[in-house]
Amino acid sequence: MDFGDFRRTHGRRAFLQRFAGGLGTVGLWHLLSVDGFADSPDSLAGWNPLEPKKPHFTPRAKNVIFLFIEGGPSQLDLFDPKPEMKKWDGKPLPESMTQNLQLAFIKPTAQVWASPRIFTQHGDSGMDFSDWLPHLSSCADDICMIRSMVTEQFNHSTGQLMMSCGTPLVGRPSMGAWTTYGLGSESQNLPGYVVLGKATAAGSGIWSNGFLQSSYQGVPFRDKGDPVLYLSNPMGITQEAQHDRIKAIRDLGEIDYIETGDMEIAARMASYELAFRMQTASPELMDFSKESKDTLEMYGVNREPTHEFASKCLLARRMVERGVRFVQLISSGWDHHSDLNKNLKKNCDINDQPTAALLKDLKQRGLLDSTLVIWGGEFGRTPMIEDRKPIEQGSVGRDHHPFGFTMWMAGGGVKGGQVLGKTDDLGFHVVEDKIHVHDLHATILHCLGLNHEHLTFRHQGRNFRLTDVAGQVVHKLLA
Amino acid sequence: MLKLVLQRMMFLTSCLLILFVLIAQTRAQVHSDQISAAALPPPARLTVDFNRDIAPILEERCLGCHGSVQQLSGLRLDNPADALKGGYSGPAIVPGNSRESKLIHMVAGLKKGMVLPLGGERLSPRQVGILRAWIDQGARWSEVTIDKRQIEENQRQRTNRKHWALSPPRRPTLPKVKNALWARNPIDAFVLARLESAGISPSPEADRANLVRRLSLDLTGLPPTLEEVSEFLADKRPDAYERLVDHLLASPHYGEKWARHWMDLAHYADSDGYWDDHLRPHAWRWRHWVVDAMNRNMPFDQFTIEQLAGDLLPDGRLDQKVATGFLRNTLTNTEGGVKKEEFRVEQIVDRTSTVGQVWLGLTVGCARCHDHKFDPISQKEFYQLFAFFDTTTEVNIEAPLQEEMGPFLRRKPEYDRKRKALLAEYGVKELQSEWEKKTLDAATNSQASFEWRLSWEILGLHTLHGQDYLRFDPNRRTQKQEDLLTDHFVKWYNLVVTKQRIDELKFEELDGKLEKLAEQFPLLTEAQVIAENPVPPKTHILIRGDYLQPGTEVQPGAPAVLNPLENSPKATRLTLARWLVSPANPLTARVTVNRMWQEFFGYGLVESSGDFGTRADRPSHPKLLDWLATEFVRNQWNVKKMHKLIVQSATYRQSSKARKDLQGRDPYNRLLARQNRLRLSAEAVRDTTLAVSGLLNLSIGGKSVRPPVPPGGYTKTGIRWKEDEGPDRYRRGLYIFFQRTSPYPQLMSFDAPDSLQVCTRRERSSTPIQALNLLNDPVFFEAAQALAVRILREKPTKWSDQLDYAFRLCLGRTPRSAEFQRLADYFGREKERLLRDPVVAEQRFPAKGMENVNVTEAAAWTTLSSVLLNLDEFVTRR
Repeated sequence: MDFGDFRRTHGRRAFLQRFAGGLGTVGLWHLLSVDGFADSPDSLAGWNPLEPKKPHFTPRAKNVIFLFIEGGPSQLDLFDPKPEMKKWDGKPLPESMTQNLQLAFIKPTAQVWASPRIFTQHGDSGMDFSDWLPHLSSCADDICMIRSMVTEQFNHSTGQLMMSCGTPLVGRPSMGAWTTYGLGSESQNLPGYVVLGKATAAGSGIWSNGFLQSSYQGVPFRDKGDPVLYLSNPMGITQEAQHDRIKAIRDLGEIDYIETGDMEIAARMASYELAFRMQTASPELMDFSKESKDTLEMYGVNREPTHEFASKCLLARRMVERGVRFVQLISSGWDHHSDLNKNLKKNCDINDQPTAALLKDLKQRGLLDSTLVIWGGEFGRTPMIEDRKPIEQGSVGRDHHPFGFTMWMAGGGVKGGQVLGKTDDLGFHVVEDKIHVHDLHATILHCLGLNHEHLTFRHQGRNFRLTDVAGQVVHKLLA
Repeated sequence: MLKLVLQRMMFLTSCLLILFVLIAQTRAQVHSDQISAAALPPPARLTVDFNRDIAPILEERCLGCHGSVQQLSGLRLDNPADALKGGYSGPAIVPGNSRESKLIHMVAGLKKGMVLPLGGERLSPRQVGILRAWIDQGARWSEVTIDKRQIEENQRQRTNRKHWALSPPRRPTLPKVKNALWARNPIDAFVLARLESAGISPSPEADRANLVRRLSLDLTGLPPTLEEVSEFLADKRPDAYERLVDHLLASPHYGEKWARHWMDLAHYADSDGYWDDHLRPHAWRWRHWVVDAMNRNMPFDQFTIEQLAGDLLPDGRLDQKVATGFLRNTLTNTEGGVKKEEFRVEQIVDRTSTVGQVWLGLTVGCARCHDHKFDPISQKEFYQLFAFFDTTTEVNIEAPLQEEMGPFLRRKPEYDRKRKALLAEYGVKELQSEWEKKTLDAATNSQASFEWRLSWEILGLHTLHGQDYLRFDPNRRTQKQEDLLTDHFVKWYNLVVTKQRIDELKFEELDGKLEKLAEQFPLLTEAQVIAENPVPPKTHILIRGDYLQPGTEVQPGAPAVLNPLENSPKATRLTLARWLVSPANPLTARVTVNRMWQEFFGYGLVESSGDFGTRADRPSHPKLLDWLATEFVRNQWNVKKMHKLIVQSATYRQSSKARKDLQGRDPYNRLLARQNRLRLSAEAVRDTTLAVSGLLNLSIGGKSVRPPVPPGGYTKTGIRWKEDEGPDRYRRGLYIFFQRTSPYPQLMSFDAPDSLQVCTRRERSSTPIQALNLLNDPVFFEAAQALAVRILREKPTKWSDQLDYAFRLCLGRTPRSAEFQRLADYFGREKERLLRDPVVAEQRFPAKGMENVNVTEAAAWTTLSSVLLNLDEFVTRR
C-alpha cells in the first residue's frame, strides 16, 4: 500500500521532475509550492538530512559492514602465528621486555602461552589462519589482514568508544554517524545507519550521533520480532487502519501548512511517510523466504549454533543491497580471560561460517567491490597466560592487549590477499607498519571517498572530526 | 548470586592484572623516551655570537609560540630569565649541556610524533648544531632583548582588540523607535529598532488561545487545562495576560520545567556511565533540590554559590550541601582495572569544563592539553581553575526529606535489633575483624598475597571511602561506616576464602537477608555531595593533559583576561562561586540571560549559547543582550522576574506564522519579526500527551521512576529494570530514571541529551523514528485510548461536540471547518471498518470491565485521538 492516491491528485509535476519514487517528498514539495513558499523542487535540497550527498572524491566503496568483535578476540589463536613462542612457552617473558616492569600484583614472571592452535596457509597468497577458522580461510585472497593494529585503550568501554568513535570519551559521533553525515543514504525506506546486536560495555555510545543531528544516530535492528523499536502497529491497528491514520495526520497537516506556511510541518509529514515506508519495507527485509536454499545453507541460517549470527550476516547483506549505508554488526562475548580454549572455539563455531558466507555472498552478487567489510575488536589479547588457579582450576586465558592486535578488511577498495604489519616474535609489540585506530578510520573514510581531515563538524567553537587531530590514510591497504 | 559474584571477581582479577601490566608498560615507555642522544646532530664548531647566530633562529622559528604574545607550554624564549626558567615540564635549556636540553630534543625530533617548530620546515641539522653549540658554550644572551618592538606592538593590539564578551556589559540607552506604541517594554525597543532600520514590521500578536498554550508550555512544560484556557479567553481585564503569567510563574510545575533545563547543563543521570554503569540511587535528591529552588525563585547568585560551594558556606545548612550535588553529575568509571587517579582527574576536568561552559560560556576544556587556540585562556589558567576542584572529594550524606524523620526514628531501633541478631547468628564479627586486619595489611605490605591485595583494591573500587573507614579505629567509626564495611565484607569475603568455606558460612544467604531487611526498613534518603579533601593534593599543570605527566605546580586562580578574584588569603570554591556572580564578571549574566532567551525563542541572541569566546556567533542584538544582563544583575539575579519581563514583551507575544516577505530577507528569523515555532522537548512531548489524556501523575519531586520500556528498548545487555506498576509510570519525563548506557528510548528519539557532558542547547529534529514512537509506542497508544474514554465520558453527546472538546483539550482551540470535514470522513471510514470487523475493535479497545462504553465508538475514537496527538501542531509550541 502506498500514497498513490495522493500522488495522482497532487504531485504530478514534482514527481515527474525529480523525485521518482520519493513519495513523501512529492507530497512535501506539492505543499510547499501551494502557497509560494517553495518555487522549485530545488528549494527542498537539504530538507532530508539523509539525502545522498557527493563524496569528496571518487569512492572505492559505497557501503560499510563493520563486524565489531566485542571483547577483544585473540589474534594469537586466530590470525597471527608465532612459532617462536613455543620456545618460551611456560617461561616468563624475556628479560629484555621485563627489565623496566614494576608489577604490583603479579610478578614479572607471567608465563608466555604459546598458542595450541595449528596454523595453515591458504589461498594463492598463502595467508595464515588457525584451524578454528576453516571457512574464513577459504576467503584468504579477498582478505586484507592487518597484524599491526594498536590502540591506547585497554579497558572495554573506553576501547570500544575508541574503535567506534575515535576517542575514549563519551558523547562523540560514531564512525557510522560520521559516514551518514558525510554521505547520506541511498535507501528511501530504511535508516541509513543500522546496528545489529547489543552493546555490552559502552552502551549506545558506540553508535551515538554525538553532537551531530539525531538523524545520524545508529538505529538498532533486531533479527527477530520487531526489528526496529515501535515498528509494529498496536493491537487492533490493521495495516489499512495505519495507512488511513497517517493519511488523516497528513490531511490535517496540509491544512495547517496552508494556514501557517511553516516548512517544518512539511518535513514532519515527510517523516511520517518514511515511517510508513519503513513499516512496509522492514517485513520484506526480514523475510528470508525468497532466499535460495543454497544461500541459507551457506550462511547456516537454519542450523545451530550459527542460526542467530547467520541471520544477522544475511540481514546485513540484504540491507546493503537495499542501500543502507552503514551496518554495524556486533558480535559479543570475546573477552576470554579464562577457558579460552573452550570459549574461543565456541565463538568461532558460531561466527566463522556466517562471516565467510557473507564475503562469498557479497562477492557472487557483485556487491563486494562496493562494500567495505571490516572485522575486529577493541583490542587483542596478551601472549602471556592468565591463570586463575587456585580460584578456578585449570582454566586459562589471555588478557587485554592493546599494543599489537589483528583486524581484517575485505572488499570496497582494499587489497585482498595481503598481510600488512608485523608483531615481534612473542606477539607483544608491533615491529612493522604500525596502524593506529585513527589511521584505520582515516583509511575507511578514504575508501568511502571522504577526506578525514575535511569531514568536520563545528561544535563548541571548534571543528571536530572522527580522527581527532591524527590519522593517516594507509595506502598500502588499498587496491 | 555467589556465582555472579565469583564471575565478577574473575573479571576484576583479570582486569587488575592487566592494569599492573600496563602501569609497568607505561613506566617502561617513559624510560624508553629517555632519549638516546646519539641521534643528535653534532654541535657546530664555531664560537657563537648570539645576535648573529641565535637571535634569527629564535625570532623566526620560536617566538611565534614562545614569545611575548603566547607562551605555549609555559615556555618563553624572548629573554634570558624566562628562557632559563623553562616551561610547564621543566627547564628547556641546560646551559653547558645541550645533550640534556629539552629544547634540543624537541627541535631535533627525538620525541616520537612531535617535532618543533610545529609549522613550516624542520630546523636543519646545521641549525640544531648551532643551537647546541650556543648551549654548550653557556647559553649566553646579548644585552638587547630581541623582541622589544614586537612586544609593544602586540600589547597595543591586545588592548585594542579585546573580544566584546570579555568586557563588562554596559547598560545601553533605549533606542528611539517610530512605532513606539508597539513596544510594551524595553526589550521591544531594541528589537523594533533593528526591524525598523531593516524596514520590516513586526508580526501581530498571536491569538489568545495560542498565547495561553505558548505561555503554559514555556513556563511549566505542560499544556494549559481547559479551565485555564477558558478563563483566559473570558478575562477581559486589561491585565489578563499578566495575571496568567503570574499564575503560571507561581505554579509548582514551573520548577519542574526549569529544573530539566538546568539538568541538561549539569548532565544529570541516575547512573555512573561507562562499563559498570552503577546505579546512583541518591542522585535524585539533587534534582529535588533544584525543582524546589526554582519554585522558590532562589536568586541566581545564591543558586550558583550553593551548588558550587554550599559546603563551604558559614552556615553550611543541609540543603546547601545537597546543592553541591550539581558537581556530582560527572561520570564515574569503576570498570575493573581502571586507574583511579586517571578517572579522578577526568572528573575534575569535567567539573572545570562544566563550570566554564555553564557560567562563563567558554570552552575552557580546550585548554586542558595546550593553550586555548582561540580564546585568551592558557593551559596554566585551565589548571588554576582546575585547582579549585582538585581539592574536592565525593561523599554521601543523609539528607532526609521532612516527612521521613518521624517514621524513621520510630522504626530504627527494631531495625538495629534485627540486623545485630542476624550478624551474630552468622558469626560475622570475629571473621570481619580478622579480614579487616589482613586487608589493611595488604594495603602496604608488598609481600601480601594476591587475594588480600585484591581484597584491598576491591574495597576501594566498590565503596566510597571504604578504605578510609578501614583505617579508622573500629571504636571510632560511625554506625554507618561500620555497616558499610560489614556489608562489603559479607559480599566480598569470597575473594579470600574458598567457595566451600563461603557455603559453610552461608554468607550468600546472609547477604540476601541483609538486603531484604534493608528494604523493609528503608534508610534515610541520602544525597551525593562534595566536600573538601582533608588531605588536599597539590595541583600541577598536566603536560598534554596527561595525569602521568605533572608539570609545574599552580595555585587556584581566575583567567587573567577576566575580572580579578576577590582578595583572600586562600582562594576556595566559595571564592570562585562569588567571583562568577560578581557584577564585575563580564560573562555570567550575559550567558545566563542568553540561555533564558533561547528557551523562550528557540535560539539565543548569541546562537552558540555554549560558546561566548572569540569564535562565538555574533549576537543578533548586542545591546539587548547587555541590557538584559545588566537588568538581571540590577534585579539581584531574580530569575522569575526576568522570565516575566521576557514573556510580557510584545516581541514574545508575536504570532509565529511564517511570512513570505521574510523568506529571502531573514530566513532564520534572527531579527525576530515573528515568534519561532518550536518542537516540544522530549519530556514535554510525553508530558503533554499524558496530560491531555488525563493519565499524567502530577506529583512533584522524589525518586526517579521506571515507566515501561518497549520490547527491544534496552540498548545494553543485562540491563532490564523493574518497571513501575502504579501511578509512577505516568510521572513527568524529567523523573524518568536515566541510565547512561541504556537511556529511555522515547527521550533519546526526541533529542534529549545523553547526559555525558554539558548540553547547552538541544537539537529539534524530525525523524521517522519519532513518528513510529508516537504512532505505535504502547505508552502513547494507551494515552490515545485514555483520551478516547475521556472524550466519551465527559461529552456523551453528539460527535461534533466531542470533536470540539477533543480539539480544545489537545490544541486549546476549536476545529476549522476543513479540519472538521476531513476528520468526519476519517471517523466515518474507521467506524465502517470497525463495524465490519468487531474483533479488531475489541483488540484496539479492550474495554475490560468498563461500563457503558460502546467498543466500536471507543475504538474509532482511539485512532482519532491518536491522530490529534500526532499532529505537528500538538508537538510544537507556536
